[in-house]
Amino acid sequence: MTPFTKIPKQIEDELSRRNFLQSAGMLVVSLSPLASLAQTAGAQTPAAAPGAAGPYPDPNYKQLDSWIVIHQDNTATFYVGKTDCGQGTGTSFRQMMSDELDIAYDKTSLIMGSTDVTVDQGGSGGSDAIQTDGWPMRRVAAEARRVLLEMASQRLGTPVDQLAVSDGVVAVKADPSKRVTYGELVGGKRFNVALTGNNVDATTGLAKVKTVQELKMVGQSPQRYDIPPKVDGSLKWAVDVKAPGMVHARNVKPPVAGAKLVSIDTSSVQALPGFVKVVSKGNYVAVVCEREEQAINAAKQIKVNWEKPATAPFPASEDLFKYMRAAKPTSVGRPSVVGNPDAALAGAAKVIEAEYDVPFQGHTAISPAHAMADPSNGQMTIYSNDMKSYGMRNGVAEFLGMPREQVRVVWMEGPQGYGRTAADDAGFEAAFLAKELGRPVRVQWMRQEETAWDTKGPAFTFKLRGGLDAQGNLIAFDYDSQAADYNHVGYNEADTVLIAQLMGIRRNPPNAGGGATPNEMYVIPNRRMSSQVVSLPLVWETPLRTGNLRDPNGPQVTFASESFIDELAAAAKADPVEFRLKLLTAGTADDAQFKRARSIACVKAAAAAYGWDARLSPKTVGSGNILTGRGIAYSFRSQTVVAEIAEVEVNRRTGHVWVKRLVCAHDCGLVINPQSLRRTVECGMLHSVSRALHEEVTFDTEKVTSLDWNSHPTLTHMDAPAKIDVVLVNGDPNPNRPDLPHYGAGETTCKPTLAAVANAIYDATGVRIRRVPFRDARVLAALKAAGV
Amino acid sequence: MSKITLKVNGGTHTLDIDPSTPLLYILRNDLGLQGPRFGCGLGQCGACTVLINGVPTRSCITPTSAVKSEITTLEGLAKNGVLHPLQQAWIDEQVPQCGFCQNGQIMTAKALLDKNPRATDAQIREGMARTLCRCMTYYRIQAAVKLAQKRIVAEGPAAVTEVVA
Repeated sequence: MTPFTKIPKQIEDELSRRNFLQSAGMLVVSLSPLASLAQTAGAQTPAAAPGAAGPYPDPNYKQLDSWIVIHQDNTATFYVGKTDCGQGTGTSFRQMMSDELDIAYDKTSLIMGSTDVTVDQGGSGGSDAIQTDGWPMRRVAAEARRVLLEMASQRLGTPVDQLAVSDGVVAVKADPSKRVTYGELVGGKRFNVALTGNNVDATTGLAKVKTVQELKMVGQSPQRYDIPPKVDGSLKWAVDVKAPGMVHARNVKPPVAGAKLVSIDTSSVQALPGFVKVVSKGNYVAVVCEREEQAINAAKQIKVNWEKPATAPFPASEDLFKYMRAAKPTSVGRPSVVGNPDAALAGAAKVIEAEYDVPFQGHTAISPAHAMADPSNGQMTIYSNDMKSYGMRNGVAEFLGMPREQVRVVWMEGPQGYGRTAADDAGFEAAFLAKELGRPVRVQWMRQEETAWDTKGPAFTFKLRGGLDAQGNLIAFDYDSQAADYNHVGYNEADTVLIAQLMGIRRNPPNAGGGATPNEMYVIPNRRMSSQVVSLPLVWETPLRTGNLRDPNGPQVTFASESFIDELAAAAKADPVEFRLKLLTAGTADDAQFKRARSIACVKAAAAAYGWDARLSPKTVGSGNILTGRGIAYSFRSQTVVAEIAEVEVNRRTGHVWVKRLVCAHDCGLVINPQSLRRTVECGMLHSVSRALHEEVTFDTEKVTSLDWNSHPTLTHMDAPAKIDVVLVNGDPNPNRPDLPHYGAGETTCKPTLAAVANAIYDATGVRIRRVPFRDARVLAALKAAGV
Repeated sequence: MSKITLKVNGGTHTLDIDPSTPLLYILRNDLGLQGPRFGCGLGQCGACTVLINGVPTRSCITPTSAVKSEITTLEGLAKNGVLHPLQQAWIDEQVPQCGFCQNGQIMTAKALLDKNPRATDAQIREGMARTLCRCMTYYRIQAAVKLAQKRIVAEGPAAVTEVVA
């Protein structure tokens, strides 16, 4: 038995759930479909606790019991293979599944993302939880309802079509006194119902899901169940997990990117209090001590000799864009071409060109990477906030050379995911050290380590050209970009996580991130979009490794494309909203999921909510110190469409920009929980305001130099807007259709914000800022250069 | 190592520790508290904030030996099972995204309103300015502080009385 004394409540629940499933599953062939838990549990010695001791086979997604358990008290627990990065998806899953199961929302609970008790739905990524994974969740809950109705039909001696179900109680329509609860039908027992589907996304039973009109909880805003324990201090997070005998580790990173470990002077730390061991392999070095503060101190004290690399690992950040523009691409995307852009540009009445730059931006999570790994019983359990816990399980098993069944990841709450924990280094490190030491090991990175070495959103350079005819119509659009994204590490692979890199393990070739081009529905008759990937000199063991930062390339690309559309609108002497609507409504027959119609609806809704008065931009620059302006930008991600308007105040004396007001018109189809969606949209926009105004990874030719909250500034309370309006749009031409889909909403709002702010600065000042971030000094210099 | 006595959330604990240890690690690892959290270890972000004699203090850079007064952590804000008005406002406004920083946000706001229950919007922004949130919940935090403030002022001073030794 795993020797925990302080097992978090959620883990206890998971463990007992696992015991139930495993013990029942072992005896399934000899039992009737309604084998009781008591019978099956009786075959086990409770103290043996096989769930805790392992091994940990994969839950079978083709078994209804893997998804839903009905308890004798007529409550239900749902088990899903997703994680919640703080957007309230867990609450939304419960709403969707409660609705399909026909059980009261407050009689349900949800377990997420632990590899031994929930089926592998991939954890989080791509904002697909509601859009993709919500469907199998709905279908299995509908199937459970169907099975329960059949059971009730047998029990009550009444055909199913003469039964009604509400809040987990099945009653005879003609005589509601004849009734039976779900708990009485199957509470504490297995369904033993097989599901079908070639993959987990396709999982289904025989039942059909409800129509939108039949859904009751979907569309309501129950409060997120995870918030009360987060504000009273009772929630156990991944950072809080402890185990008897647990020791603490801290990493010792190379002081210069690409440096080689020459030697370690262990005597520099072995006399320190609590010292346990120095562990090193390749260029990976960690110090382990009994107590946390001892490990922190030892990692500071340890003397390590490193050899600098012969060549500089990267250019200094101030030379980055020059380097990128001159670099030979490592890969060239096949350009997407419509019409003849070169001929159209040659014949255009007016041609404008612009270049834009976006630096590397980090995740810089509020808590550095962390995990605790326990090697008890010859297994490996990792307590982690990894958003892709299933990927980590596979990666760690491969990395340690352990069978998958001996490795499990228990997902727990942690600091914002947004992609960082899809390349979760600390979990791998904790597992490696736990195996080395044979003791539970907790690893946590330090702030400077996290800010320097976390995964980065790739830097981009852009060149755009546009051509207008004599009437101001946009007839040609030419987009070209370079992304510094040669070795992209977003997926917990055993040969890409940082500890593997430092140990000399190499994927060949690296995962190239690929270039990126804008996605909008504008109808432009002649158009070319091309993209290239460029590499910095140091490919591996670099703090400038790229990963998935909340819509991996969207904020960068949309900054350039939607700023440039604004530049074209100004050149065409058109209002920015009208200019966009003209491009959107030019119309084509291609409108899958009504994305064009919904785009038009969002742009119009944002303008209406803001109170947009049509006029040219920039407006006449005022005479006071504070200049105000507004800007719009539009984009979509997958099927979710957004239009955003930013209103800014620019201080002419200091260059300081305050985003005073934000409006977002947001169409993600069927909304599950309007309130949590609004919060996600508010914060998603502000995340990108932070990227617009503050964030940049700086480095010299040896190392990252933005290391903490002073050298790497972020949005603060002082930046909070005075007003945010979120308009939830249903732009479907048939808004009441019974099969209205639910699309993802975790990242789309991050895309247009940078451009909306830049366009607002232009509107206020007549000065176009084409380089992110718009820090005071940069804006002030641009204002001065323009004589504003 | 030396014996140190700490008063935390109404209880008293005597520990044999290295007195230079930052208070954060003692609270988390020896006393099992999980409201204060490590964010930077530099006193820059506020995730580790506790109240010491009512003063918001960054426990990650505070040597335990320097603590002479009662410590209140997030766990100590509720009284008799009733959440502090700020905690309730946080729920009512559905403030957190991931929630990791919210300990510091709530504790800083608590000290701010205790000192100045009628803080203006500008004073709230300035008072909270050094407490960081990387999910960018600032707008909603400020709404929650104002909601709690309204309730506290309406209920009179009794609602915010904190027993501090």
